[in-house]
Formats: sequence, structure tokens, C-alpha cells
Amino acid sequence: MKRLKLDWLILPLFGLAVILAAWAISSATWASNLPSPLKTWESSRDYVLQPFAKRGEMDQGILRFTWYSLVLVAQGYALAVLVGTPIGFLLGLSRTFARTFDPLIQILRPVSPLAWLPLGLVLFLNTGKEAGTYGALFTIAICSMWPTVLNTAVGVRAVPQDYLNVGRVLKLSRWKMLTRILIPATLPYMFTGFRLSLGIAWLVIVAAEMLTGRPGVGGFLWQEYNSLIYEHIILSIIVIGLVGFVLDRLMSLLESRFKTA
Amino acid sequence: MKPFLELSQIGKTYPTPAGPPAVIVENFNLRLRKGEFVTLIGHSGCGKSTVLSMIAGLTEPSTGGMILAGREVAGAGPDRGVVFQAPCLLPWFTAFENVMLGVDQVYYTADAEERRQIAEYYLSVVGLGEAMHLRPASLSQGMRQRAGIARAFALSPKLLLLDEPFGMLDSLTRYELQEVLLDLWQRNQKTALMVTHDVDEALFLSDRVVMMTNGPAATVGEVLEVGFPRPRSRAQLLADPAYYALREQLIGFLEERSHLRPVAAPPPAVPPPSRPAASRRPLQRLLGALTAA
Repeated sequence: MKRLKLDWLILPLFGLAVILAAWAISSATWASNLPSPLKTWESSRDYVLQPFAKRGEMDQGILRFTWYSLVLVAQGYALAVLVGTPIGFLLGLSRTFARTFDPLIQILRPVSPLAWLPLGLVLFLNTGKEAGTYGALFTIAICSMWPTVLNTAVGVRAVPQDYLNVGRVLKLSRWKMLTRILIPATLPYMFTGFRLSLGIAWLVIVAAEMLTGRPGVGGFLWQEYNSLIYEHIILSIIVIGLVGFVLDRLMSLLESRFKTA
Repeated sequence: MKPFLELSQIGKTYPTPAGPPAVIVENFNLRLRKGEFVTLIGHSGCGKSTVLSMIAGLTEPSTGGMILAGREVAGAGPDRGVVFQAPCLLPWFTAFENVMLGVDQVYYTADAEERRQIAEYYLSVVGLGEAMHLRPASLSQGMRQRAGIARAFALSPKLLLLDEPFGMLDSLTRYELQEVLLDLWQRNQKTALMVTHDVDEALFLSDRVVMMTNGPAATVGEVLEVGFPRPRSRAQLLADPAYYALREQLIGFLEERSHLRPVAAPPPAVPPPSRPAASRRPLQRLLGALTAA
């Protein structure tokens, strides 16, 4: 087939048109409660065109909500990276540590954020009003930690023996062995883990905000569902998707920089 | 005179899951004088790299021990500089930083400026004066090995261990680097032990060539004295009839030993199955393959 120069633009636009058509047809036929694309746009216009407006606690511009969510994700994700990377190193370096904790990790890893959140709330119940925030942070951190932990461990185990031999011949101290050889050699794997973790952190935020009712893009979505403003559910989904996509792209850029190093 | 390096009864065996342990090297004895250049030669897989790795302290010997400069050594350390086959430069450091990593370890009493000068000196001697601040990825294979040599010499080790350092280079680069190595070795009066399977390289560089028997249970076969005067030049060596006699002797040993290897019996002569012509048709063949699977 002949390739057009504008394939990269035309084909995605065509895909979008197909989905929009399916959406419009669905809302006009069998899904009568689904707002049509046009209605969705009309209802969302204020939120999109004044993205940073603040009209009330749960009535703010969409980017303002997104910002709240991003701040919470950044905190939880930072916690995940700070805790997960050392655990990954320990898993990769020590056979005993790996044997001790690997089964536990394999069991905790598939637990859904929806299951962690109540536990997080209980854990921080004595903080009173802040319990929601801490519970959400706990949930984001524990759910998004695993890819960082596992990828770091794989990376540490994959450090070429040759590099370790260089360190042994030079009799490097443990600290130098870690900072000059192990960490740089593991960095590409670590960044793969960081990227996957960020994706999960962003997935978890929506669930966490829904259950805690925090202002944010997920909290907004749930509130508008309860207020029967279905257009805003769709708006929120689109924004969540776009933000997740951008985050992933940014992390890939960072990752590819370290791949070559 | 007491030897500078003495290896006695060095051996390496690995346990195997079933049956008796595999003996790689057995009863390996060797003495090196100070300032001597000795090559270990043998077929690939005969265990010569294992011997070198044990001397470097990267593999623990199962039996025996070694004395270097009057002291028993165990474990790895910078008193034995190793030039690895793949140069093993750390890719996240420049050539200079790779050398500095070792220099910082060995000359910890010197100040930063002195250490920098040491690293720069060795890098420029091996011909990397211009390229020392490049990462290995931007260096050619030959330049990387130059950096590997500089790193080993910059440690100012008592003993230099070289594990087929030129094995991955094209022959022109190999000749060039052999001379770089010889020059550095002569300047620094090092004791060196090199593993190679290149007969000409062994003769050009060494005072003695140690021929290893084939594994399993490899050990010292014969030792050949190479008495050419130093400094040597390749042209001078090639003009010397004694060179060819030694070469003959080396190759003779290697060939003879290679015949000692167990050879599997030739496969029985089975005639190809003759099929009726009809079954050669594509569809039939496909069906046949499917039913066979």
C-alpha cells in the first residue's frame, strides 16, 4: 500500500472520527442516558475554557482539578520510588532477602487499590481530617511500588559479572561499588520500573479520590455521577487519559536518555 | 633466587549435579621471576583463563596456593592489574574516569592533582591523549583496549595479568597494541602473565611460553624458553630462523594435543528416505508435516 506523507495525522484523526460516530450513534439509539458528543462539549465548555477557575469546592476548572490530583500522585509516587528502589536493591543483592520477601511481594502485588484504600484510611484514622489524604497517599505508594521494586531487582541481578570483576580487582569499598558500578548499571531497569509505577500511580488516584471525595479529577468524576451530570464523566475520562498519556511520554523520554548512558 | 610469583598445586574443580565433580585445572605449578613476561598458551576451553582468573583472585582455587612477592595472596586486589579480554570499561564513565577509578583506589595518599596526572600519563602513553575524555561508546575497539591497558598499568601493580587482551581486535590493531604493551612493560619493569592462543603473539612478547594440556584436568604441558634479545622488533624476529623453529615447536605441541581430544564417532551412514514422487507436492508435504507433528 502506498504511504501518504500525512499518515501520522490522517490515520489517528480517522480513528477518532470512527469512535465519535460510534458514540453519537450509541447515544441516539440504545444508550439514551449517554450524552451525545455535542452535548458533552456544550456542558463541559466552561470547565475546559476556564481551566483554572474556582467557583466552589467541587466546581472548579478541569485543569485545576487535574493539578490537585497530580500533586497527590507526585507525593505518593515519590514515596513509592523512595521505598521501592532500596527494596529492589536488597532483593537483587541478597538471596536470603529475596527468598524471605518474594512470596509476600507476589501475594501483595495483585491486590487492587480499592482494597488497599480502606486499610489506608484505618491506618491513619487517628489523624482525623487528614485521614483521607494519608490513606490515599498510602494506597498510591503501595500500589505503584511493585514495578519499581521488581525491575530494580531484575536490573541488579543483570549487572554484568565483568563490571563486578572490575570492582573486585580494584577492591572498591561497598559504597563505591554501589555508586560507581551497581547503580549506574541498574539505572535503565530502574527507569523502566519508574515509568510503569507512574502509570499505576495515576490509575490509583482516580479510585482514591472517588472513595475519599477529595477534590481532584477523580473526585469530580464521582461527584458529577452522583449529580447526574453525565457529560462531565466523559470529560473527566478524556482528561485522565490525556494526562496519563503525557506522563508516560515524559517518562519514556527520560528512560531513553538513561538507556544510552 | 626466590621466584617473584609462585603457584603451587593450583587446581579448580566444579561440583556437577550428577556424578563426579568436573576437574578443570589440576596440579598447576609455575614460577615467575621478577620482570619476566610469560604467556600461557593452549586451546580454547583448556582452562588457561581459569588459571588467570584464580591468580587474579576472581575465581577461588579449589586446591593449592600462591605467593606473590613473598606473600601469600587470596582474593582480588589492585596489586594484580588485570587486562580483560573485552576491555570491561564502565560505559557510564569516560576513559579517563575509568582509569581514575583505579588510581583513586591505589594512590589514596596522593592529592587530586597528582592522581589526575598519573591517569593522564598512562592514557597518553597508550595513545589516548586526545580521546581520554570520551565514553567507551565513542571509542573504537582498539582504543577501548588501550584504555584497558592504561587502567591496569596505572594501578602500578606488582603483577600484570592479561586475559587474551587482543583476541577481539583485527590483526593490524593487534600488532600495534602488542607494541604498546611491550613498551609499557619494558618501561615499568613489570612481571606479566598473559593468556593467548596466538602463537606469534606469544613468541613476540614473552620470555617463556607455557603450553597447557587440554582439559579436563588441564595442567602445564611444556615450557618453551624464548631467548630473543630485547628490545625486540617484529621485523628482526621474522628474519631469525630460530623464530620459525620455536613456532614449529609450539604449533606441533598444540596440534598433537588437539589430536588427543576425544572425537565423537562419525554418524552412521543412513540413506535419505526415498519417497514416492506424489508426496513431494506442496500440499501433500504440508499435510504430511501436520500429521507428523
